Amino acid sequence: MSEPLIEIHGLRKVYRVGKVDVAALRGVDLDVPPGEFLAIVGPSGSGKSTLFHIIGGLTPATGGTVRIGGQDISSLTDAGRTELRKNKVGFVFQKFNLLPNLTAADNIAIARHIAGRGQTPEPEFEELLRLLGIAERLDHKPAALSGGEQQRVAIARAIVNHPAILLADEPTGNLDSENSAAVLDVMRDLNRRLGQTILMITHNPEAAAFAHRTVRMRDGRIVG
Amino acid sequence: MTVRLVLENLKHKPMRSLLSMFLIAVPVTLILCLVGLSQGMLDDSARRARGIGADIMVRPPGTSVLTLSGAPLREKLVAAIQHKPHVALAIGMVAHLVGGISYVTGIDLDQFNRMSGGFKFSEGGPFQGPNDIIVDEYYAQQHKLHAGDQVTNILNHRWRVSGIAEGGKLAHLVVPMRTLQDLTGNTGGVSQIFVKADQPANIPAVVAELKGLLPDHNIYTMEEFTSLYTVENVGGLNTFIHVMVAIGVVIGFAVVLLSMYMAVLQRTREIGILKALGASRWFILKIILAEAIVMGLGGTVVGIGLSFAARALIQALYPASLTQAITPVWWPIAGAISLAGVLLGALYPGLSAAAQDPIEALAYE
Repeated sequence: MSEPLIEIHGLRKVYRVGKVDVAALRGVDLDVPPGEFLAIVGPSGSGKSTLFHIIGGLTPATGGTVRIGGQDISSLTDAGRTELRKNKVGFVFQKFNLLPNLTAADNIAIARHIAGRGQTPEPEFEELLRLLGIAERLDHKPAALSGGEQQRVAIARAIVNHPAILLADEPTGNLDSENSAAVLDVMRDLNRRLGQTILMITHNPEAAAFAHRTVRMRDGRIVG
Repeated sequence: MTVRLVLENLKHKPMRSLLSMFLIAVPVTLILCLVGLSQGMLDDSARRARGIGADIMVRPPGTSVLTLSGAPLREKLVAAIQHKPHVALAIGMVAHLVGGISYVTGIDLDQFNRMSGGFKFSEGGPFQGPNDIIVDEYYAQQHKLHAGDQVTNILNHRWRVSGIAEGGKLAHLVVPMRTLQDLTGNTGGVSQIFVKADQPANIPAVVAELKGLLPDHNIYTMEEFTSLYTVENVGGLNTFIHVMVAIGVVIGFAVVLLSMYMAVLQRTREIGILKALGASRWFILKIILAEAIVMGLGGTVVGIGLSFAARALIQALYPASLTQAITPVWWPIAGAISLAGVLLGALYPGLSAAAQDPIEALAYE
């Protein structure tokens, strides 16, 4: 068995809300091998999103260790986490989170620009855009795209810099069943064809069924 | 790509962008109008002084370049100067301030005509009587006057407009010297004396002679005198311009601070998205500053355009009172001032955007 791409041990996160400390993660242990499509399920407030935010370098951990590709990210500075987001992870959000003033093509291009990779993606990316079914819609701004199209643009943006991990937080939460199926198909395809490691938060058991494995979270811990 | 993002952001809220540019343009226009008016008024005065045709001016002790008051020089001094070697012609003139910055000037028309070549009239002609007044075309336009009209608002005296003269010579309002002397209690006195030399080459000799005769007086060649019409030589004007420039910076700063602060609030979520994509603090700050710079440059261009509009308006409404020059040398200065203001104004919103927590920003509705 290959070395885990993600190794998480005893991960804790405490938020300060007003004068009260709220423990969002209470000791999470999780290993994810490269190329795995992992679904994380659990009720609201169980710590799924917090786990994502730490793996994705959006917030520091309070305790424990998180290693991605052997690099300990739990002790990274703000600048170090910025580098992590730039190069190692790609996010897909429930609300798509495309920049509304830019076209689909520019939304993808700006991710490359921020990563310092130039604006024109590699030729094989064209193939990927066709796979995502958005090659003909790239000149449109998000407001002119359907929810499913927006989410597929967001997926293209998330993987344009070849991140080690694709983090998808409720990617089908704002989509109808047809578009949900299309997006999940695309993600499974990416995982199969490119070996893309994917972590997906979902409430939907049908969505979770697309993954290789499902872990459950409750009260800041993994329970199964 | 950054440029496109900045331009798309500006296009996304066109009213906010245009309004901000317009507000940034206001201090630019203010500065350009102020400098243009200062320069224009001084140039106009210098041009009118040159129009007299004199080579040398004799002014009483204690006068400045721009101010004359009373008529402390005795008329017999004019005759004395007239008899000096190489003096072709010496004439006295009385200047009396009438409201704000306008002078009415009293001359002996025959003498003045000999020195200057005479007025060119578009209507009417020279004085026919002691209560006649010659107004220049700018004053006539501003006050809608024609030859033959009566004017009573100058020294509370009833004047008849004998002629409308081409501008650029001596003064906007010219009356017979005797009448002005009597009206202002200066009988036998003049405010300044204009001297013409027989040959241009003899001007220095005449100046030296006059300085010997009148050691306390201000004696200038016309070239020297008109070169003294500068902003620096007008007491307080430079300070005033500096104060207005500072106000310009403050307005630019406040406008952009408000505008960018609102923009950053509105775009909190987008800033969160950029941060999630790996944008650094500097990248976020750069976008906010670049947006402010574009608005600052746009505001400068609009401000320059408005200064032309202001000049056209001033020319239409107050051709005799105010002359505004267009001062291209001040365009980059006004641009730099507004850029300084907008950069200062964008700094706080930019830094607060750069420091935003990405998770909170992404959760912003």
